[in-house]
Amino acid sequence: MAAGVATWLPFARAAAVGWLPLAKNSMPKPPGDKKSRHDEILIVNVSGNRFQTWKNTLDRYPDTLLGSSEKEFFFNEETQEYFFDRDPEMFRHILNFYRTGKLHYPRHECIQAFDEELAFYGIIPEIIGDCCMEEYRDRKKENQERLEEDTEAEMATETPLPPDSTLRERLWRAFENPHTSTMALVFYYVTGFFIAVSVIANVVETVPCRAPKGMLKDLPCGEKFSLAFFCLDTACVMIFTFEYLMRFFAAPSRGKFMRSVMSVIDVVAIMPYYIGLVMPENEDVSGAFVTLRVFRVFRIFKFSRHSQGLRILGYTLKSCASELGFLLFSLTMAIIIFATVMFYAEKGTKDTNFTSIPASFWYTIVTMTTLGYGDMVPSSIAGKIFGSICSLSGVLVIALPVPVIVSNFSRIYHQNQRADKRRAQLKIRLARIRLAKSGTTNAFLQYKEHGGLQDQSSGNQALCIRNRSTFEHQHNHLLHCLEKTTNHEFTDEHTYNEVCMAESMDYRTSRSTSISSQQGQSTSCCSRRAKRRAIRLANSTVSVSRGSIQELDTLHVQKSIPQSRSSLNARTQDLKLNCGGDMDFTAAIISIPTPPANTPDDSLPPSPAIPGILRNSQQMGDMSSQYTQEAIKISSL
Amino acid sequence: MGIQGMEILAVGVVLFMFMAVLKQFGVLEPMEDSSESDLELSTVRHQPEGLDQLQAQTKFTKKELQSLYRGFKNECPSGLVDEETFKMIYSQFFPQGDATTYAHFLFNAFDIDRTGSIRFEDFVIGLSVLLRGSVHEKLKWAFNLYDINKDGYITKEEMLAIMKSIYDMMGNYTYPSVREDTPFEHVEKFFQKMDRNQDGVVTIDEFMETCQKDENIMSSMQLFENVI
Repeated sequence: MAAGVATWLPFARAAAVGWLPLAKNSMPKPPGDKKSRHDEILIVNVSGNRFQTWKNTLDRYPDTLLGSSEKEFFFNEETQEYFFDRDPEMFRHILNFYRTGKLHYPRHECIQAFDEELAFYGIIPEIIGDCCMEEYRDRKKENQERLEEDTEAEMATETPLPPDSTLRERLWRAFENPHTSTMALVFYYVTGFFIAVSVIANVVETVPCRAPKGMLKDLPCGEKFSLAFFCLDTACVMIFTFEYLMRFFAAPSRGKFMRSVMSVIDVVAIMPYYIGLVMPENEDVSGAFVTLRVFRVFRIFKFSRHSQGLRILGYTLKSCASELGFLLFSLTMAIIIFATVMFYAEKGTKDTNFTSIPASFWYTIVTMTTLGYGDMVPSSIAGKIFGSICSLSGVLVIALPVPVIVSNFSRIYHQNQRADKRRAQLKIRLARIRLAKSGTTNAFLQYKEHGGLQDQSSGNQALCIRNRSTFEHQHNHLLHCLEKTTNHEFTDEHTYNEVCMAESMDYRTSRSTSISSQQGQSTSCCSRRAKRRAIRLANSTVSVSRGSIQELDTLHVQKSIPQSRSSLNARTQDLKLNCGGDMDFTAAIISIPTPPANTPDDSLPPSPAIPGILRNSQQMGDMSSQYTQEAIKISSL
Repeated sequence: MGIQGMEILAVGVVLFMFMAVLKQFGVLEPMEDSSESDLELSTVRHQPEGLDQLQAQTKFTKKELQSLYRGFKNECPSGLVDEETFKMIYSQFFPQGDATTYAHFLFNAFDIDRTGSIRFEDFVIGLSVLLRGSVHEKLKWAFNLYDINKDGYITKEEMLAIMKSIYDMMGNYTYPSVREDTPFEHVEKFFQKMDRNQDGVVTIDEFMETCQKDENIMSSMQLFENVI
């Protein structure tokens, strides 16, 4: 029940006295009274802003935080007030809800922040008053759409393929997103070029060239150089056919592919050629065939795969279908009305052009769109008057739906722009976040190196450890506990890759060690990893965005590599797991913006003060021996 | 129609459009009055009498009066409750049935001086009687409620109207279901009890006498004292 009703309840109960003399049965006992019926003023302190209100006001909605006993959890005994560590600006709206019974949505606030506040205070958003409900819903939908759009786009284009994807899947991915591999890009540009060539050829072959010797009139170039044009056409059609067949092969759902607009356009673009091949050189039939050639112009629509602007235009027209339909309908109505009127107005005139109503259609259309060719002109006075009314109304009827279409186009276009910008910025953001994260790992590793895990008895360690907060100490202790639990150690990407490299080198150079033979399995995956590093540059997007959404939100705890050589033997299994999968080496993160102050310089490149572990891969030769040393050192920790 | 007919028609169309344009620009005044209504009751306000006076007239403490007024003012900032609002408020407590008729009777019972709207004084005085009044006063209030035309007598028709409105509040879905003649029977029973001299009307003395003899009624009168 609303607040108002709660206020009137005592009154309604009192009025029940009127039933008493009429009652057939005796009345039930009233419910027990609460102890304090007297109203008191409560103080609610929200981040320093003290709000005061009557207790009754808050009691109006007993299923919210402030109306129930849940607020006792926030009661501060010393100051005798309820303290909430939340946004005071938002709280104002929440409190107004209790006071007036209507929840308003502040337009300048972020919708998610508002939702979170509502969730905290136990108020369901459906209570928002009508005045603000529409705005709230619109913003919420927009936000959701945007998030969905982002994740969808991510999933569709930028998540890396699982390594066991078939040729079909890879091919489809290459077609849909040409930026994934150079081959796809090349193919993309080649097809684009050939589309352009084909369209230009179609256009040029109708231009009149100079007549060859022995003929009087000019021939169109198509007939003069018919062989050349035929060869060109054949080449283009070959390419298009090939492309179409490849797409058909690669499509995950062939039925859906065949029904899609682009594939229909592809088919229509190449059919005339094949029909022409099959058709016999018959006079009548080839006349019809010539008209079929007009479909070749559909090739120009193939460009829409290459241009996003065209796609947006098509999407806009689709989404404005209702406005366009309305425009068409109103135009048709107006045309028929005015054509009829003009016909009857001009009926009496001699030698008039307005021979029938359908003939007047042409006049009406030309007049309403303000073209005015002048081939049909009214001559009677009535005709002229109605003709002028027709032209004036034409302007209005056409001008009305156009702004709707324009605004739709503008909205969709800007949305697309924003989406692209966001995606571009996402990569930068993720790169920075990675930086911070690797800083965290390195912080821990440094901590270990500086002997932070030992008892802090020796004095010289105080300098090395620097000024770490309690939080960091506890965090590092936690990571150390995990290490002890699993008997593995944390390391970073570089080291791990170096280990892989080192092992592959080992395998290739010295076959004497027993280790290497046992690592035959791991070598293969390590070598694959090495190859991956080589093409990492080309696939920069892959590494950045790998599990990008997850990186932003979740924890990954990597399984670290085994440290010493001996344990390497035992744990080739683990190594294989690590190498084989696509698992990324995101360090264990608890909080993203951890100590940039400590580690910006130390993260990359690693400081030389830390021997061995965090080295870059230049010193590959003596890497293995060094590594052995360090391995022993680590295992002694 | 020849050429001439068509031209006349065309001229007619032009004249019509001309007049439409003139009308639009306000040169040719349209015949109807502009409506200025809607300014009536929205600026009417009422401020109650002073706190002390109300305290003298009712049996509420100052704090209780303050609390009551706060709630009242929150709901009706203008200080007046008209009948429609009253009906709406009262109906919210009885969602199943139709409480409008009974609310109408209640409204008349509270609106002592028949102004058409309940002021805070009426509200508080009524509540004072119901919650803090003596049994005698409460019974008098109930009699006043049943006596629709306030002539001092409750007739069978009046009682029937009241009874029907009470049963209306129950709604359609009751167990056992309300039959057509249930209110009528209830009224008969009531009259048998109350109407001492069997003259077809119940006076206030008859009413008081009967009620004071009925233990059920007397005991239930104490029920609602602690509502505020």
